[in-house]
Amino acid sequence: MKDNLMAFGESAARDLGAPCCCGPASEGDDREMPGYSVCRFVDSFMETPEGAVPVVKTRLERVDHLGTLAARCNVGRSDYRVAPGLYAVGEPTETAPVLVTANYKMSFDAVRRTLSGMNAWLLVVDTKGINVWCAAGKGSFSAEGVAAMVTKTGLTQVVSHRKLILPQLCANGVTAREVKKRCGFRAEFGPLRASDLPGFIQSGLNADAGMRRITFTLKERLELMPVEVSLTGRHLLWLVPALFLLSGVGPGFFSFSQAVLKGVAAWSALFTGILAGAVITPALLPWLPGRAFAVKGALAGLLCGLPFGLFYWNEVGMGSLFALICWLTAVSSYLAMNFTGATPYTSPTGVEHEMKRAIPAQAVAVIVGLIIWLAAPFTG
Amino acid sequence: MKDLRYIDNMATLKLHTDLCVGCGLCTTVCPHGVFSLEGPKARIDDLNGCMECGACARNCPVAAISVNPGVGCAAYIISGWIKGKDKASCGGGCC
Repeated sequence: MKDNLMAFGESAARDLGAPCCCGPASEGDDREMPGYSVCRFVDSFMETPEGAVPVVKTRLERVDHLGTLAARCNVGRSDYRVAPGLYAVGEPTETAPVLVTANYKMSFDAVRRTLSGMNAWLLVVDTKGINVWCAAGKGSFSAEGVAAMVTKTGLTQVVSHRKLILPQLCANGVTAREVKKRCGFRAEFGPLRASDLPGFIQSGLNADAGMRRITFTLKERLELMPVEVSLTGRHLLWLVPALFLLSGVGPGFFSFSQAVLKGVAAWSALFTGILAGAVITPALLPWLPGRAFAVKGALAGLLCGLPFGLFYWNEVGMGSLFALICWLTAVSSYLAMNFTGATPYTSPTGVEHEMKRAIPAQAVAVIVGLIIWLAAPFTG
Repeated sequence: MKDLRYIDNMATLKLHTDLCVGCGLCTTVCPHGVFSLEGPKARIDDLNGCMECGACARNCPVAAISVNPGVGCAAYIISGWIKGKDKASCGGGCC
């Protein structure tokens, strides 16, 4: 069997006792199978009544950190997943706890790295590569999915107990009693953060209030920033040529030199607005006055508009400068409003309430800015 | 989350105390500590802390909690306005 799994050339070379070509042949691995490769996070395989189960490493390696970094920068984030199914941590027995998580690689990594030195089963549910909270909110992390994975992995043959530990943040998508009804396993909600799992397990599955409350610290907000900039900024890229063209409009129909001068100023206003709305607002979130994000964003925009205005004081006319500050404030306010989706404390009713008031105000700022911007060259 | 509060008087959350059996599951699942147990019943301690995720209502065994659940995400709501609530998404793999 083992020979059949080996590439022909490699096995032939080994028979001859010589490297196949260009240096020594890489050491064959008896886990090799044609068409498959062993994931880097798998340490070994252990035998269970349901076949071989991969034992995962509890230390993240460089490739994991690079993957996290890329996903944080929105590179390959929509396809950053692990295969759903059953994994082992340490040397779990039939009485070891079963922890459930999403098949987003970053969720999976967060769970396994916290379980160093522990023995547990990890049931990875197919959430389409989306994190626990978002998957539950949008229906891909459900009782049905959890029960389906319990059945598919044959978990009843692997463990003797009938209990699953779910991440607390899947509770908006997973009905615990529905899991029990569908697969016979009692579903208990574990802590909100993966890092509290050891404490939760060691205390006999008890979570203190701190383990149940969500946080949104500066670090957590900063981690979301690159994705926020890339997601929202991308929608504004079409403004780059548009602003350039608008800037050239003048008494002589279109002036290229005027387009260069004013266009560059308009671009820097756009980027200042993105900076204020998608970077400054998230960073200063608790300290910016107001509850509505659109208000916080507008204030951050005005704050950044000050140095911007001083820099461009003599570069463009007063009217044009006013127009630019209108634009950057509107952009900042809009992007800040979009940041609601990345936070863990905004209610949909509240977001809709603020949007219905903020979007008209943002539109007015853009239109007023546009009129002044276009009129400025004609009024001299 | 005492330092980060969203707009007050928005949450559609309601607790029907007469139905409540005091199992405490709402106090377990809520990430904002909106509920507490007072004797044999749950009560709402911090209505304005509610983000309407719907975890409590979904898991309440006697349907004593009602809330209009959803995602507090502007991009998602805009997409709902355009495509209809059933087809809403954040677009571009937001989350």
